[in-house]
Amino acid sequence: MTGYLALSYSDLIAASLFLAVNGTFSLLLNLGLERQLLIASLRMIVQLMLVGVLLKAVFAAASAWITLALAIAMVTFAGREIWARQERRIVGIWGYGVGFSSMMIAATLVTVIALTTQIEPSPWWSPQFALPLFGMILGNTMTGVSLGLDTLHATLHRERSAIEAQLLLGATRWVAVMPATRRALRNGFTPIINAMAATGVVSLPGMMTGQILSGIDPQEAVKYQLLIMFLIGGATGLGVLGAVFASVWRLTDDRHRLRLDRLTNDRRQGAP
Amino acid sequence: MFAIQGGIEPLLEIVALRTELVGPVDLSMADGECVAILGPSGSGKSLLLRAIADLDPNDGDVCLHGLSRNSMPAYEWRRLVSHVPAESGWWADLVIDHFKPEPDVSDLLTAVGLPDALDWPVSRLSSGECQRLAIVRALQGAPRVLLLDEPTASLDRTSVQRTEEVLQRQRERGVMILLVTHDPKQAARLAKRQFTLKDGPFLTASDVLA
Repeated sequence: MTGYLALSYSDLIAASLFLAVNGTFSLLLNLGLERQLLIASLRMIVQLMLVGVLLKAVFAAASAWITLALAIAMVTFAGREIWARQERRIVGIWGYGVGFSSMMIAATLVTVIALTTQIEPSPWWSPQFALPLFGMILGNTMTGVSLGLDTLHATLHRERSAIEAQLLLGATRWVAVMPATRRALRNGFTPIINAMAATGVVSLPGMMTGQILSGIDPQEAVKYQLLIMFLIGGATGLGVLGAVFASVWRLTDDRHRLRLDRLTNDRRQGAP
Repeated sequence: MFAIQGGIEPLLEIVALRTELVGPVDLSMADGECVAILGPSGSGKSLLLRAIADLDPNDGDVCLHGLSRNSMPAYEWRRLVSHVPAESGWWADLVIDHFKPEPDVSDLLTAVGLPDALDWPVSRLSSGECQRLAIVRALQGAPRVLLLDEPTASLDRTSVQRTEEVLQRQRERGVMILLVTHDPKQAARLAKRQFTLKDGPFLTASDVLA
């Protein structure tokens, strides 16, 4: 087994040329993607560079408070991302709060349990274990929650007359919105189910590839990957369930009405 | 604001009902009575029916046989006081999936001229068929009050007549009907009392034929 092979910056520049080719195609074919592609690439470069510097410092400091502060910053950003990815959102603080709190509770719970009972670094909150793990779980939970909420809100809006028809015939709010709830849960769960089903056959997961490339025994890398997938799947499921049911609860009321007045009409409204 | 005094026992009583856009409205109805509400588009007729069914946030009270709707869960209230909107929603692909297995509705379907409609897909229904099926769907639950919003707007004359006959039979069984309509002739055929809602933030009504 060869050990870890360090990359130089010129290697990275060479690798980015393929993306530049895509940008050129976009320009030639008038696809209008080059701007987005450029912005996303630059964002990625800056974010990852900064995170590299930051993580190095945080690992060196080995402070529980700094680790916690970073985790809070991550979850705040992810909450904002969930909010931004919904076309129709709940107005006011609920618009941010529903996605943020369900994601935070699910991801924190799963991460802490994994750190304290399965990975068991010493101390359990060691930043080089806690932060990447939390980040991976958070990222996937964020995707699931934002897809679930976006689907729920779009479906409630589109199916309003069908839902109200059931309410008018004497259905409870939970029964009347069940088709929308089910669709939202399914969409929220789909990415993680697809990822689990395809992993190892269609693609090797990024984390495992990274471990293998840096010289770890593939069987050990697989164990880590399985652990991560279980954690991600569990956290995503809990987060999506929590967010979708909290949102249904907020968008109906105790007189079994559909309260779409608590939903914004478009992206311009409802900033917290 | 309007109030009705007729010396008849009020079986449906609406007291100071208001929403952001409608009311306050007071109205009493007797057993088997039909009351028509007319008025220009946007005057709040449909919103009034929604408020009675407690489908929008509202203040005030509505009582049926002296029992306030606030004393029961909203879904029980809506089984007693059934609202059929001008455009009803459909949540399944087949008509039959919108009906309960019991009680049998074949007589009602025949009465509105759609004896075979249960087997149809919703996608093939015309708006007039939707309206009639929505009424039958509401009647299957044997409500005490029907809140009908333009129930025959898309129907030809024969279908209007059939539907009105169905409604008359419900009245004979004591069902109260609050009817929103644009058609003064229909209002005259079905209802002894009529109200006209006028534009504005607060609803006013004149007792046209009382």
